[in-house]
Amino acid sequence: MIPDRIDKLLLRAIADGLPLVSRPYAAVAARVGLGEDEVISRLRRLVEGGIIKRLGVIVRHHELGYRANAMVVWDVPDGEVTEVGRRVAAYPFVTLCYRRTRRPPDWRFNFYCMIHGKDRAVVLRQIAVLNWQAGLARYPQAVLFSRRRFKQRGACFDAAPAREVA
Amino acid sequence: MDATDRLIVNELQGGFPVADRPFAEAATLLGIDEDDLIERVKRLCDHGTLSRFGPLYNAERLGGAVTLAALKVPAADFQRIAAAVNAHPEVAHNYAREDDLNMWFVIATETPERIAEVIADIEAETGLRIYDMPKIEEFYVGLRFQL
Repeated sequence: MIPDRIDKLLLRAIADGLPLVSRPYAAVAARVGLGEDEVISRLRRLVEGGIIKRLGVIVRHHELGYRANAMVVWDVPDGEVTEVGRRVAAYPFVTLCYRRTRRPPDWRFNFYCMIHGKDRAVVLRQIAVLNWQAGLARYPQAVLFSRRRFKQRGACFDAAPAREVA
Repeated sequence: MDATDRLIVNELQGGFPVADRPFAEAATLLGIDEDDLIERVKRLCDHGTLSRFGPLYNAERLGGAVTLAALKVPAADFQRIAAAVNAHPEVAHNYAREDDLNMWFVIATETPERIAEVIADIEAETGLRIYDMPKIEEFYVGLRFQL
C-alpha cells in the first residue's frame, strides 16, 4: 500500500506515542479532525501493509539491563553474503542483521550483526558460535561494543492538549 | 518493576490492538484490568524504561531514507562532536563504539535527498569526514528484549 496524505497526517500525529487513555484512537481522531472509526481503519491498513512495522512498547534496552551491545562486522565476498545472511538470521541471539555498503580502504566490512546482551562474556561466546558454527570465522571481522549512548530518540505521549493539524 | 510490568514489556513489544478500546483488549490477554495496564504503561514511560508507547515506522516505505553513519572523533573532542551531531533532529541514535570509527549514529530523513544534506551539514560543522553505510539487504530485524 502507498500511504496517502491523510495517512501521513495520522502517522505524524502518533509518531511520539499513543495517548495513554482508554480510547487512544478517539483521542488521536479528535486531534487530527477525523472520526475514530476512520483512524482505526487507516491504522489497521498501515499495520497490515507494513508501513507501521510494530505498534506497542518500544523499550530502552539499556535501562532493562541490556548493556553488552555489540555490532559485529565481517568482510564477506559479495557473492556469498546473501547466503551467509540467511544462515546467520536464524540464530536467536542476533537482534538485527544487514548487508551494508563498504567504504574502502578505511572500512572494508559489508555484513553486520547486532547482538544485544546483558553480559559481555555471553555475547563473546555468541560471536564465537557465529564464527565457528555458522562458518564466519574465515572472513576478516571486527567487534565494536558500544561504550556509551548519547542519544536514543523517542518520548512517551501522555494526554497532550488538543491541537489542530492543518 | 514487578512480574506484571515484565509481562507487559515482553508481550506488548509484539503488537498492540487497533480497536476502540485497545488497552481493555490487551489487558484481558494479560489477565489484568484496563486501568491497571494504562497506569503501568504511564509509569514505565515516566521511569524511562520505555522510550515510547506507539509505532515503529518503516521509514523507507514512507518515502523516507535511513543510513548508518560513523565518524573518527579525536578523544578530546568527543563531547563537542556528540553535541553537534545530536543537535540534528534527523539523528536517531548515537553510540560511542570501540574502533577507530568511534562514533556511530543513524540518520533518518523524510526524503532520500535530505540524507546527503544532513551529512554535508555535519561534516561542515565538525570538520570530520562521515562514513556513510546505507543498507543494501536486510536479513533480520527482530529486535526484541525479553525480561
